[in-house]
Amino acid sequence: MREITLSQAVNEAIAEEMRRDDTVFLLGEDVAEAGTPFKVLSGLVEEFGTDRVIDTPISEPGFVGMAVGAAMTGARPIVDLMFGDFIYLVMDQLCNQAAKQHYMSGGKLTVPMVLRTNMGATRRSAAQHSQSLQALVAHIPGLKVAMPSSAYEAKGLMKTAIRDNNPVVIFEDKLMYQDKAPVPEEEYLIPFGVANVLREGTDITLIATSSMVQVCEKAAAMLAQEGISAEVIDPRTIVPLDEDTLLASARKTSRVIVVDEGHQSYGITGEIASRINEKAFYHLDAPVLRMGAMDVPVPFSPALEDITVPTPEGVVEYARKLMSGEMIHAA
Amino acid sequence: MAKAKTKSNAEDYLRMYRQMVRIRTFEDNANQLYLSAKMPGLTHMYSGEEAVAVGICEALTDSDRITSTHRGHGHCVAKGAEFKEMFCELLGKEEGYCRGKGGSMHIADQSHGNLGANAIVGGSMGIATGSALRAKLQGADDVTVCFFGDGATAQGLMYEVMNMAALWKLPVIYACENNGYSEYTKTEEIAAGSITARAEAFGIEAHKVDGQDVLAVNELAQKLVARARKGEGPFFIELMTYRYHGHHVGDINRAYYRSKDEERDWKDNRDPIVRFRSYLVQEGLASEEEIEAMNAEIEQDATEAVAYAEAARYPDVSEVDMHVYAD
Ligand SMILES: Cc1ncc(C[n+]2csc(CCOP(=O)(O)OP(=O)(O)O)c2C)c(N)n1
Ligand SMILES: [Mg+2]
Repeated sequence: MREITLSQAVNEAIAEEMRRDDTVFLLGEDVAEAGTPFKVLSGLVEEFGTDRVIDTPISEPGFVGMAVGAAMTGARPIVDLMFGDFIYLVMDQLCNQAAKQHYMSGGKLTVPMVLRTNMGATRRSAAQHSQSLQALVAHIPGLKVAMPSSAYEAKGLMKTAIRDNNPVVIFEDKLMYQDKAPVPEEEYLIPFGVANVLREGTDITLIATSSMVQVCEKAAAMLAQEGISAEVIDPRTIVPLDEDTLLASARKTSRVIVVDEGHQSYGITGEIASRINEKAFYHLDAPVLRMGAMDVPVPFSPALEDITVPTPEGVVEYARKLMSGEMIHAA
Repeated sequence: MAKAKTKSNAEDYLRMYRQMVRIRTFEDNANQLYLSAKMPGLTHMYSGEEAVAVGICEALTDSDRITSTHRGHGHCVAKGAEFKEMFCELLGKEEGYCRGKGGSMHIADQSHGNLGANAIVGGSMGIATGSALRAKLQGADDVTVCFFGDGATAQGLMYEVMNMAALWKLPVIYACENNGYSEYTKTEEIAAGSITARAEAFGIEAHKVDGQDVLAVNELAQKLVARARKGEGPFFIELMTYRYHGHHVGDINRAYYRSKDEERDWKDNRDPIVRFRSYLVQEGLASEEEIEAMNAEIEQDATEAVAYAEAARYPDVSEVDMHVYAD
């Protein structure tokens, strides 16, 4: 199968959907000629013109709000938010406006829009360009949240997002844009709420989102050398969450580590861990562990930044502790 | 070139020249660090816009404050920062202005009243206006200058704070550095109507000035700062300028959004340093030799600071969770 980059995969998904449905359009800063700073959207303006690939001023709340309005009146906008960190600027439009229209109108209004943005540290971009803020939006009922972990995932999830009748936020890992993966030429979609079991195992389950999937796959390979069999699962979408697959794995292995690049406190990892505690408690041999980014603003210095995010070695260390019973606090 | 009133300001003029060259030299070295893969991440060069920061900051004292932008090295130098601490910060070293935690986009220097660069476009507008509110509440005559780009005029925050600044007559000067572009887009494609009229709508006195003419910028800044100290603010200045490099150091192929001819025209015909240098020589304020000596001294200073920063230590890993909360 041919291999393409995550960036090309997103580009293809959007182009295919724009060809299929002429209500789909793109909106954001430097999305047209520049094709975004990460060059993800290059070529789209040439094919679809400036009416459907629209460069905006640096007015995030303004153009996100306009996407909400366009979506409520029949279009399917895809908003490009250059950095995930700018989510803070658009919180009202996203969380008060987009997320609630369907409910508040008694099901009469819909907001079929996609907000595509990014996440991920270690790019030496400091505290305002490195955050992984998926937990903020996952907290809000009415928003769906997708977290692609490869080029294949990115394409399939983007196509589903565009066809979904709800506001969907997609977080792409900005460090993965150039990573290649096999992606079929034929059309495919990846349904929301269906987790992907990347590696089967019997001793421990590693649940990982986006950038952390690679980390956990590496950790699983290292653990295999030590005779520890790890299962790696990518939930793909945080909202909706495929609880069944996660719980089935927890029941099988009895030990779980949840890894996500958002801050560890009050985050995605805590939510998933507590669902497993609530629904698979009887089957667990140890507490479910959370591994997130350190609870600090992302520091600029490479010497500091690299230690703020989970690493394969860190996951292995936690897994060993779980296996040896060290994490059972029986004091 | 705006005309000097008297030659008695020779010292001030030479300092302005020196500060502009210091900025250019700092940026050339920073760019070199990037090109030789010694600098982590990306950075935005101020080269070409020196007269803006210097013309304004030379009208301020250390107790006056500024807020800066993602393109913030020029403001930082102009407000009095040292090369060593700046290069250390760019390289993420312990002795940097922010102990390596901020980097280029968050560089700050409180000792000279620089409240910091900002990686959120328009993100410092509230901070600058709040700093001016503080001066007013305190009964101090400090002035705050808010630097931002043409692109930042698209942020709604600007209109909220300008309204309050005007209502409450705050000592703040909004300095819009109009370099013709926000990232890869021309200003006229993202800003409808007139930029100064935006401020005028709130009853804020607004001026437009040639940002490549350090004397013109400085003369206007002196007047407005003095008036702001007396409670006549706020003010707004649109400074017409140009960035020589790409949006950031990695933006090398720019032909799709601006022409080489345009770049050459600004560099060859309107360079703020070249213009001011020939003015100084013509007016007999400095000889060519004196200027060459000054340039060489600044170059030497930068080379030493870079070497120092390269050899400097990274912060200890134990610092990672320090400074999240104040004691
Ligand atoms: C809120 C926000 N939106 C977008 C960006 C990305 N961005 C960084 S600089 C920039 C352009 C800023 O243009 P301008 O204000 O004119 O400043 P210049 O770079 O020209 O000095 C953009 C869009 C950002 N940092 N913050
Ligand atoms: Mg600009």
